[in-house]
Amino acid sequence: MIVRDLSPAVFRERLAGPGIRLAAGPFNCRLQSGIPEIADELAILYAHHPLIDDSEFVDFHVAIEPGRGLRRWLKPQAHFVVDAVEPFTPLPRPQALPMMEWGLNWCITAYSQHILVIHAATVAKGNRAAILPAPPGSGKSTLCAALVNRGWRLLSDELTLIDLQTGEVMGLARPVNLKNASIDIIRAYAPDAFLTRPVHDTTKGTVAMMAPPEASVRAVNTPARPAWMILPRYRAGAGATLTPMGNGTAFMQIADNAMNYHILGSGGFEAVGRMVDECRSYSFEYSRLDDAIAIFDRLAAESAS
Amino acid sequence: MSLLLRILRQPDEARRLTPAEWDLLVRQTRHANLLGRLYHRLKAAGVEADMPARPRNHLLSGAVMAARQHHSIRHEALFLRDGLARAGLPLILLKGAAYVMAGLPAAQGRLFADVDILVPRARLSDAESALMLTGWTSSTLDAYDQRYYRQWMHELPAMQHMFRGTALDVHHTILPPTSRLKPDASLLIEDSIEVGGLPGVRTLSLADLILHSAAHLFHEGEPDNLLRDLTDLDLLLRRLGEVDNRWDTLLARAIRLELDGPLRLALRYTHSLLLTPVPLHILDALDCLKGGQPVLDAMYERVLRPQHPSTRDWLTPAARKLLYVRAHWLRMPPHLLAYHLAHKAIFPPKTRSITAAADAVNANKAA
Repeated sequence: MIVRDLSPAVFRERLAGPGIRLAAGPFNCRLQSGIPEIADELAILYAHHPLIDDSEFVDFHVAIEPGRGLRRWLKPQAHFVVDAVEPFTPLPRPQALPMMEWGLNWCITAYSQHILVIHAATVAKGNRAAILPAPPGSGKSTLCAALVNRGWRLLSDELTLIDLQTGEVMGLARPVNLKNASIDIIRAYAPDAFLTRPVHDTTKGTVAMMAPPEASVRAVNTPARPAWMILPRYRAGAGATLTPMGNGTAFMQIADNAMNYHILGSGGFEAVGRMVDECRSYSFEYSRLDDAIAIFDRLAAESAS
Repeated sequence: MSLLLRILRQPDEARRLTPAEWDLLVRQTRHANLLGRLYHRLKAAGVEADMPARPRNHLLSGAVMAARQHHSIRHEALFLRDGLARAGLPLILLKGAAYVMAGLPAAQGRLFADVDILVPRARLSDAESALMLTGWTSSTLDAYDQRYYRQWMHELPAMQHMFRGTALDVHHTILPPTSRLKPDASLLIEDSIEVGGLPGVRTLSLADLILHSAAHLFHEGEPDNLLRDLTDLDLLLRRLGEVDNRWDTLLARAIRLELDGPLRLALRYTHSLLLTPVPLHILDALDCLKGGQPVLDAMYERVLRPQHPSTRDWLTPAARKLLYVRAHWLRMPPHLLAYHLAHKAIFPPKTRSITAAADAVNANKAA
């Protein structure tokens, strides 16, 4: 059974009650919320994710809850709670849905030291993965959203997971976080994709989430091998150019963007080293999405032949 | 009995857990800050191969986190030693950092927020200046908190290294000078032991580590780490039994340091809750098994559970409050206590924001 098999009424009821138990790649999550207005969009964002049985192990028990008492009416807030612990101060209630996503990202980062977690998007063609590590504002998510609407498979938008034993990228296929101008860009570029209503005035500006493509969610448990490490940078008016990157620089790019490189010690060093060995690494400048995608497709075609 | 306690007592039972029980076990263990320790315990019991992958990943993550901290501590100890050497002082480590440097089993999976060290009270300001010269700064506290530490507490306000971010607690004794018990810190320093191969790096002796742990647990008590601290004691006492077997020395030492009270509670609860082997004559000598303290037993039985909602009953809130009051009662004479609690009630401490949490993650990354 998948999330979409639940009627909107049942979804709402479970979300407010015992929780929606779903699998997002390697993580089983139980989502609860006493904030009913997030239900409909949340159901669409996770429509194709498999539901898991009540008797299964759950990795993250998370909830987005309204405040109590007067707070509920005066200046309503949303609280992120993971198994009775509230790691952050609350946000304004309209930010409840993005807060669920940020909270899940926090759980993955805080609780997963058995894998290498990189702040990067990953898309794949066949079983070959392109890893896009980048600081905020580089256009990583925009490029990722565009690619997965043009035939690339989404593994993850925000956190790339590397299996320390096999060196493979594990899929998550969770929603893509779009910010500010990129929201309208993707709306125009992929009119069929589902985007949530924009949420304004967050610490990241205006944000909206794009639902992962159905095919990516279905294939989420098929890992991919790192093939390319591409450091994207959006620059207005720039032609799409791919510049090869030395292995040393590539290593530092991955290590700098890894959330737990410093925690894993030698295991982290080996995992990053192996990635750099397996990948062809580039820095990539672009302004037009079509040009960018043509270059990615060419990379995939070259290595396939 | 909580599921976590059951598994700590009988690791073999982990083989028979259902996925839903593993779910509860991981949650209780996370709340008790014992993920890494449970991983090592199950591994030692030969259960690792029978653990399902998902819960194993969580326990392993705790163990990896602890290993990383231990690595930092080994590094930090050398910096601290060199810093204190400027003042002609040896480095004497306490608690978690001592377990790691002394290579004790109590280090297994142990996480800690800071490094605790001991310096003679007369040399406290020398130590503070020497540390400041090597990059340690005092955290910004308001004037009240500064006075609280400097006048009434057994430690300086927490310090932090300005580049490495490590937190440091500089103690001049192991219980506040205002508290009912006044263990003589010079005895602890006298008996401290040099770490093999690291001149200038010392830890308390095993007996004193046990007594400090007991005093900390039963006189101060960080409400969320009580079970963690009890498992520290369990591992330290097992070590004493296996290697030294100097139970009589421990007893004599406790009396000498006026810490026989905390030791009695430590033996009572490790023995009853974690099945720690303790010779009967030692238990008898301190009346460890005697009844007649139903309120204290009811309180400790609750606060020594993993502090997870699944272990809570209607008396838990009262038990936690009682623990807080007891700790403060033992820490300060009544007039000071009234003054301190009134201040904390009027100016409660602040919680952290989502951006502060993100900054902390980044600071960790940078460290």
